[in-house]
Amino acid sequence: MIAVQAPSTEDAMQTSQPLVKVRDLRKHFPVRRGLIIERQIGSVKAVDGITFDIAKGETLGLVGESGCGKTTAGRTILGLYPATSGQALIDGIDVHHSNREAIKMLRRKAQMIFQDPYASLNPRWTVAGIIGEPLRVHNILPDPQARAERVKELMLRVGLSPQLINRFPHEFSGGQRQRIGVARALASNPSFIVCDEPISALDVSIQAQVVNLLEDLQDEFGLTYLFIAHDLSMVRHICDRVAVMYLGVIVELAERDELYEHPLHPYTQALLSAVPIPDPKKDRSRQRIILAGDVPSPLNPPPGCRFHPRCPIAMDQCSRIQPEWREVAPGHWVACHAV
Amino acid sequence: MNRRQVILDLKDLRTRFHIAEGTVYAVNGVSLTLHECETIAIVGESGCGKSVTMLSVMGLIPVPPGEIVSGQAFYRGRDLLALSEAEMEHIRGKELAMVFQDPMTALNPVLTIGRQISEPLRVHLNMDHATAQQRVIELLEQVGIPDPKNRMNDYPHQFSGGMRQRAMLAMALACAPSVLIADEPTTALDVTIQAQIIELVTRLRDALCMAVIWITHDLGVVAGLAERVIVMYAGLVVEEASVDELYDDPRHPYTLALLAALPRIDRRRDRRLKSIPGAPPNLLVMPHGCPFAPRCEFVFDRCRAETPPLLPVAIEHRARCWYDVVNGKPFE
Repeated sequence: MIAVQAPSTEDAMQTSQPLVKVRDLRKHFPVRRGLIIERQIGSVKAVDGITFDIAKGETLGLVGESGCGKTTAGRTILGLYPATSGQALIDGIDVHHSNREAIKMLRRKAQMIFQDPYASLNPRWTVAGIIGEPLRVHNILPDPQARAERVKELMLRVGLSPQLINRFPHEFSGGQRQRIGVARALASNPSFIVCDEPISALDVSIQAQVVNLLEDLQDEFGLTYLFIAHDLSMVRHICDRVAVMYLGVIVELAERDELYEHPLHPYTQALLSAVPIPDPKKDRSRQRIILAGDVPSPLNPPPGCRFHPRCPIAMDQCSRIQPEWREVAPGHWVACHAV
Repeated sequence: MNRRQVILDLKDLRTRFHIAEGTVYAVNGVSLTLHECETIAIVGESGCGKSVTMLSVMGLIPVPPGEIVSGQAFYRGRDLLALSEAEMEHIRGKELAMVFQDPMTALNPVLTIGRQISEPLRVHLNMDHATAQQRVIELLEQVGIPDPKNRMNDYPHQFSGGMRQRAMLAMALACAPSVLIADEPTTALDVTIQAQIIELVTRLRDALCMAVIWITHDLGVVAGLAERVIVMYAGLVVEEASVDELYDDPRHPYTLALLAALPRIDRRRDRRLKSIPGAPPNLLVMPHGCPFAPRCEFVFDRCRAETPPLLPVAIEHRARCWYDVVNGKPFE
């Protein structure tokens, strides 16, 4: 149903094998009702068939509004949620259908940075324990002394003073905590990191610090990122390619500047036009597409194209037929009847 | 230049909080003016005192732990800070109304939306039940809630985030206030919903000739909305200018740094983001000298010794800095 997509763009990346392959991945959450006799009354189709590749060393942005399934997508790709159907491969390892040994290897290779630097660090553990945990559970550095040395090295690398190794999370500011989260993700020498809104909880002046750190680390260690965010300006800044999600499906995927300069899907166009520009004259002269209403419930997504009830150019067939996911220009994929 | 009448005149406001760890110097001498039908924005990062400033004006600071140490807030000539709570109750919600960031916590979960919107109507305008109901339906219609007759009987949890914020707006607008204070009303919302709310506020502002104070950390939102911008840092106004001038010709190093730290959706990437080193100051210590000095790239000796005053740098443009960023040398 959904075409398998070739790795993107004319970049040098094209020659390299994709590190991450996602094929028609679905994640549905059952909705149950009843206390004693529980029965399933439906399912939330959080991710409903997404397909893309991420090349080695590339940053793919996954954007969309709250509830579009972008976080669920990231977690399902890492195997934190079992998939309902479909496939995710990271460096050749099938995330959902491999033996324990392979999954353990995968856990070293693929890491995650979370949105909330307050909730994602155990308040009762010191920094040494938090950053050192991957080194301990994977038996990378069983010796506590050597582990502490490595933790200090990691702290220095992410811009934290190694002297703070025995402090607790509450003694750090939001930006510093996010650095702890980054150091923890780096500890096991991963090749792939899912960054789930890593900067949205931070102040503007701190966001740039963390973004620059992530970029430096990518250059230094050749990391591949899946960058999940709703801040479209930041995504344009740091991603090589961008995928736009709406109600569990990807509606458009293209190389960064292509997507921002020639958006084809009406949802992408509306989304981009809604982002305010920090330039009063330019902002005033801009034509804004104001979408009516809210995002429908993923429990009962609209038939046909999921965007059709809010789409300014919806046609008759949009409410009946799900649009095909196709490549309309090299590396530019879109699912829309009107394109 | 501004011929419209001043409606709100805030003078040297200082607000502190006495907590177990010591005293938080939240607002350290803020003065600002607001004209009739004007929209101003107060911009700053978390903890800069932007919300506390307006909460102080509205008489919504809990005392203790809060304390308004000094200042006056003249609304049409009356000092709001000198009024008793009973007198303030006649003004709050009627003349000055406020919309908050998180509509879920600002709305009462056990009362229907209609009941909550009708409250100011009954309290301030002495409307009877039937008239108030009718007005609620009009208000909900005005803010774009579909099927208001039925939806007014819903509870807040039955509304989406964007609809709750619309309901909050309907409540704030119920008595046709002269001043609307919007405290990060779109921060918790998605961009497409944010665009809807901004469009709505601008439309209502123009229709009702309402003065608006928009509190935000987002320099993008401000650009399309405000006429004048006030930038705050560590409880102080550090720069004040018309919106065009602030973006074209920023004079305070903090404003410059904030704009340089912002990625642009309308441009191709041409450089790394310029980050501001360090973190915002700890307000448990009264800042000595310029509060931005430890993070400033133009810092020199005087900055650490003396807090600069808010100096005029151009017409209707003031900045709190000892350094002339245009000529690349200290003033004088």
